[in-house]
Amino acid sequence: MNQPFVRHTGGCALLLRANVDTDQIVPKQFLKGVARTGFAAALFHDWRYREDGTPNPEFELNRPDAAGATILVAGANFGCGSSREHAVWALAEYGFRAVVAPSFADIFEANCCQNGVVPARLTDGEVAELSRRARAAGPAYRLTVDLEARRVEDGAGFRAPFAIEPYRREMLLRGLDAIGRTLLEEPRIAEFEGRRA
Amino acid sequence: MTPRTLFDKVWDAHVVHQYPEGAALLYVDLHLVHEVTSPQAFEGLRQAGRRVRRPERTVATVDHNVPTGDRTLPLADPVAARQLDALAVNTRDFGVELFDLASPRQGIVHVIGPELGLTQPGMIVACGDSHTATHGAFGAFALGIGTSEVEHVLATQCLVLSKPRTMEARFTGRRAPSVTAKDLILAFIGRIGTAGATGHVIEYTGDAINALSMEERMTVCNMSIEAGARAGMIAPDETTYSYLAGRPRAPGGPAWLRALLEWRRLPSDPGAGHDARVSLDASAVAPQVTWGTSPAMVTDISGHVPSPADFASDGERQAVARALAYMALTPGTPLEGLPIDRVFVGSCTNARIEDLRDAARVARGRRVAAGVRALVVPGSQQVKLQAEQEGLDGVFRAAGFEWRNAGCSMCLGMNADVLRRGERCASTSNRNFEGRQGAGGRTHLMSPAMAAAAAVAGRLVDVRDWEIRDL
Repeated sequence: MNQPFVRHTGGCALLLRANVDTDQIVPKQFLKGVARTGFAAALFHDWRYREDGTPNPEFELNRPDAAGATILVAGANFGCGSSREHAVWALAEYGFRAVVAPSFADIFEANCCQNGVVPARLTDGEVAELSRRARAAGPAYRLTVDLEARRVEDGAGFRAPFAIEPYRREMLLRGLDAIGRTLLEEPRIAEFEGRRA
Repeated sequence: MTPRTLFDKVWDAHVVHQYPEGAALLYVDLHLVHEVTSPQAFEGLRQAGRRVRRPERTVATVDHNVPTGDRTLPLADPVAARQLDALAVNTRDFGVELFDLASPRQGIVHVIGPELGLTQPGMIVACGDSHTATHGAFGAFALGIGTSEVEHVLATQCLVLSKPRTMEARFTGRRAPSVTAKDLILAFIGRIGTAGATGHVIEYTGDAINALSMEERMTVCNMSIEAGARAGMIAPDETTYSYLAGRPRAPGGPAWLRALLEWRRLPSDPGAGHDARVSLDASAVAPQVTWGTSPAMVTDISGHVPSPADFASDGERQAVARALAYMALTPGTPLEGLPIDRVFVGSCTNARIEDLRDAARVARGRRVAAGVRALVVPGSQQVKLQAEQEGLDGVFRAAGFEWRNAGCSMCLGMNADVLRRGERCASTSNRNFEGRQGAGGRTHLMSPAMAAAAAVAGRLVDVRDWEIRDL
């Protein structure tokens, strides 16, 4: 059960590299836990920290402008590679409510929707434009991801629609329990099993 | 009737309910479970008071974090041990079969499913692991899922999915000797890119695919995810049926004949359309080696490290520059001759018996180069046993390779088998991402024969120049 997501306004962090894989989002040494929590410190670990464990000031999320960001603006094919849902748990626990990118890997996109994190796909040009605006405006820049209207906007002239599968949008908007919803179809599942037996 | 593809047929046969919003509720025939992506799913069931709906369609093993050394010793890593214990408790509490470290059937989940005959044509197979695509080699729709979906399948035996598009990848022509299934799939990913098949299920077709053994087909389908695909599939044929016949969990007797009738109806109908088509001339493919930090950053062993300036967009130039800095490579350097520190023969991509034979044919009567550490990690304890019966362990040991127990091992380095910072590795695995095999480690992906030759030479070499020995 996730909290419903209708629209969210927040600061954004820019991580404009293509093909960021889930091994980068949460390296494997943090996958040995048995809980869904405790992953915020692992987020982008090998990029975020230097070898001596101190924060790497060069890394995008460590820049002052990215402090307190709740929307991640990323490059194409974000979340490729391993199916580890830990990647989304880490992003959510760190504070991200939405990821805006030109494209997502399929499993990562599905995992986002299971955890109340909205994956908003914009065009390359739109991501470039909003990144330009975010850089120009600095830490005061605010972005709104409006799931109800399927739109990303900054209240200062940037407005772009995004597509999302209707079933997933419905689940996110209402914060529904996916298993609970499927269990409503129990008679159909039983009937299907009976037919095939 | 409208001609249907292999994928259409498998999809249609599993739709339990079509939601008005477009997604379908699909029935899952086989759910494979491992220790890393399942603990939170079982915990979710417990908290909600739910049961595993079909324990008999659920099979678990331990592979990702297990040590590959001496199994009689207690686990050195207490955190990994807790995760293994959690799977033992969870499978016991929920009535799920588990192949644990003590089992002669333990192994990488994508190696043991086919080996047991659990994976069968026409099935939907799900597992909390992206390389589930492997099982598509049997004409199954096999997809990787996250932990929430693992819990969903445990509780309902179903998945909610919107129908992906399909892509036909036609591999034509006859491949040259010493060119393997690994080279074909790496060349294909190099052509279409790591997101080239996003949103699609790939159906591999063509003479070069038909000519592959089941082991080789699994290598091809396994890396579909590295092209971004939801899954990869190959239509079942006589090669598939002869692999399956007599496997412990494959149908037997009259059920086998009934199954064959069903399976023979699965191949795509003439005239069935795919949403996208790509072709690859297998006769033009040379042994492949990756030079960068994504599987699409790949070229012929006779090739050179490219320059960022060779690429069209700013994004690509930045990515290549970043990859070269990480890999400590200079544009224009020939790949052949690049010194290596480590060799890994293993993973769900290349740790089946044929892969080990390929590597052993190169290793036989030769020695691992001084200063190189080389590991052979069989995909399953059954593969290990068979290799030992064939004397492959002796070949590897005599050549100075370490002979290990089954697991994912250095493919992802969750156990003690990791690269140290700056080490360069010739690896038969599937991902060369930054840090994948260990923080700061540098991975070059290649076939088992190429990796074995690299171990002997101490540098990347072209296996086509090598005498391949009989076993």
